[in-house]
Amino acid sequence: MVAPALADALGPRARRRAIAASVLATLAIAYVVFAALRRFSAAGQLEPELWTTLAEPEVMRFLATGLLNTLKTAAIALVLACLIGTTLALGRLSPSLAVRTASRAFVEFFRGFPLILLIVFGFFTLPRLGIELSRFWAVVVALTVYNGAVLGEIFRAGILSLDRGQTEAADAIGLRRGQAMRLVILPQAFRRMTPTIVSQFVTLLKDTSLAFVIGYEELLRTGQIAGEFFQNSLQSLIAVSLIYLVVNFTLSRIARRLEVRQRRRYSAGTIDVAAGPEDLVAVGLPGQGKSGKI
Amino acid sequence: MEVLLDNLDSFAIGIRNTVALSLASFAGALAIGMIIATFRVSPVPPLRAAGATYVETIRNIPPLVLIFVFFFGFPTIGIIYSPFVSAIIVLAVYTAAFVGEAIRAGVNTVARGQAEAARALGLTFPQTLGLVVMPQALRSVVPPLGNLFIALVKNTSLASTISVFELTFVSKRLITDTAQGLLIFFGTAIAYLLLTLPAGWAVGRIEKKAAFQR
Repeated sequence: MVAPALADALGPRARRRAIAASVLATLAIAYVVFAALRRFSAAGQLEPELWTTLAEPEVMRFLATGLLNTLKTAAIALVLACLIGTTLALGRLSPSLAVRTASRAFVEFFRGFPLILLIVFGFFTLPRLGIELSRFWAVVVALTVYNGAVLGEIFRAGILSLDRGQTEAADAIGLRRGQAMRLVILPQAFRRMTPTIVSQFVTLLKDTSLAFVIGYEELLRTGQIAGEFFQNSLQSLIAVSLIYLVVNFTLSRIARRLEVRQRRRYSAGTIDVAAGPEDLVAVGLPGQGKSGKI
Repeated sequence: MEVLLDNLDSFAIGIRNTVALSLASFAGALAIGMIIATFRVSPVPPLRAAGATYVETIRNIPPLVLIFVFFFGFPTIGIIYSPFVSAIIVLAVYTAAFVGEAIRAGVNTVARGQAEAARALGLTFPQTLGLVVMPQALRSVVPPLGNLFIALVKNTSLASTISVFELTFVSKRLITDTAQGLLIFFGTAIAYLLLTLPAGWAVGRIEKKAAFQR
């Protein structure tokens, strides 16, 4: 771990103090862990059979179906949300005032609304209006609409962050607006947005747990059922937390790595993209590639 | 329209509880988040590791799962609280991870020279952070904290799963019990909007007040 700016290069006295604080902090952390374990064991919650039932093949298979449902729901919702998000982003950048207003209203309405109610509404009220949805689709639709609104804003920012010269160049070679978007702007914007989309997937995975409220068997639900069946709710729920933690932590790491890679590529690539007259001079000088753009 | 008018008192209680949940857990989140941020920028490696572990763990687990662990799991080890208090604790703990990251990002925006000057004057780390860096950092984190508050208001809806009588609980019950789902849906949307709009406005005010000339 890299020491933050505030803490670098300590002097001798400060270093002694830091070491003393380290020892104390380690002791304190050890005590907290110890106290927690003692609390578990005093309540008889460390009994091996409470934990080992979770490792039985049937239970594992049951939890795996839950995880699979969670992943499936989140993945389908992500793809659909990207489609809606793109539409909304284009809508908000449209030359027509009506389209802009409608897209804006959609985004503002669904972004500010608790997801849990969207799911409940999709499952209980839409059938009354003649739209019958299974549990799975009620969840997917709610997640799609909500995340579509969120991604719409992100995509819009992504499109706007592209250099103006891209649009101008597309104009100059005679592309129509739609063509410019499809062939020039969107491919670049999407590439730039990849890390954001991956981290949105983590958010989506977390949000699928809300499907619990309408009884869809995702990871949390399966964990709770297992816990009630074996009388080990605490252990089952901790297992569910750990599964979420591992999956989401891995995905977050991937997102971060993509972002670092992208930033490196872009800071190297901005020169060609955003070259003004002054920048061209800078490009010509060796070793100044990165400082070309201020 | 009658459904909304007939259940106006339910809605009023629901809104009041949503506001109470939001404010109480945000206060908790600020306190815990400040501690986490301090840990994460401190010169003490075990504290930095503890702060990072807290943030990475809490951020990657869905808040609803945390609520269930706390409300259905923890009673077996003798930790029992009412649904309302449980919701406040879990939402505070969850939001604190994000608050901690926001404050840490704020600390990183303070020019390095500030901390160096403080150290040159012989201030210790707690003094440097508390007297010099943090006051400057907190000004720049008002907008992200405002966004976190708005997200928190929406997250209080999770408390409905452990039957806390807040806005989503009221609305969920009316949606499942009556045939007026659409109306209730829009009514609730407006109620949430009315709760988050003043928050956005307040953020703007605080930001303007906190701004200073460098």
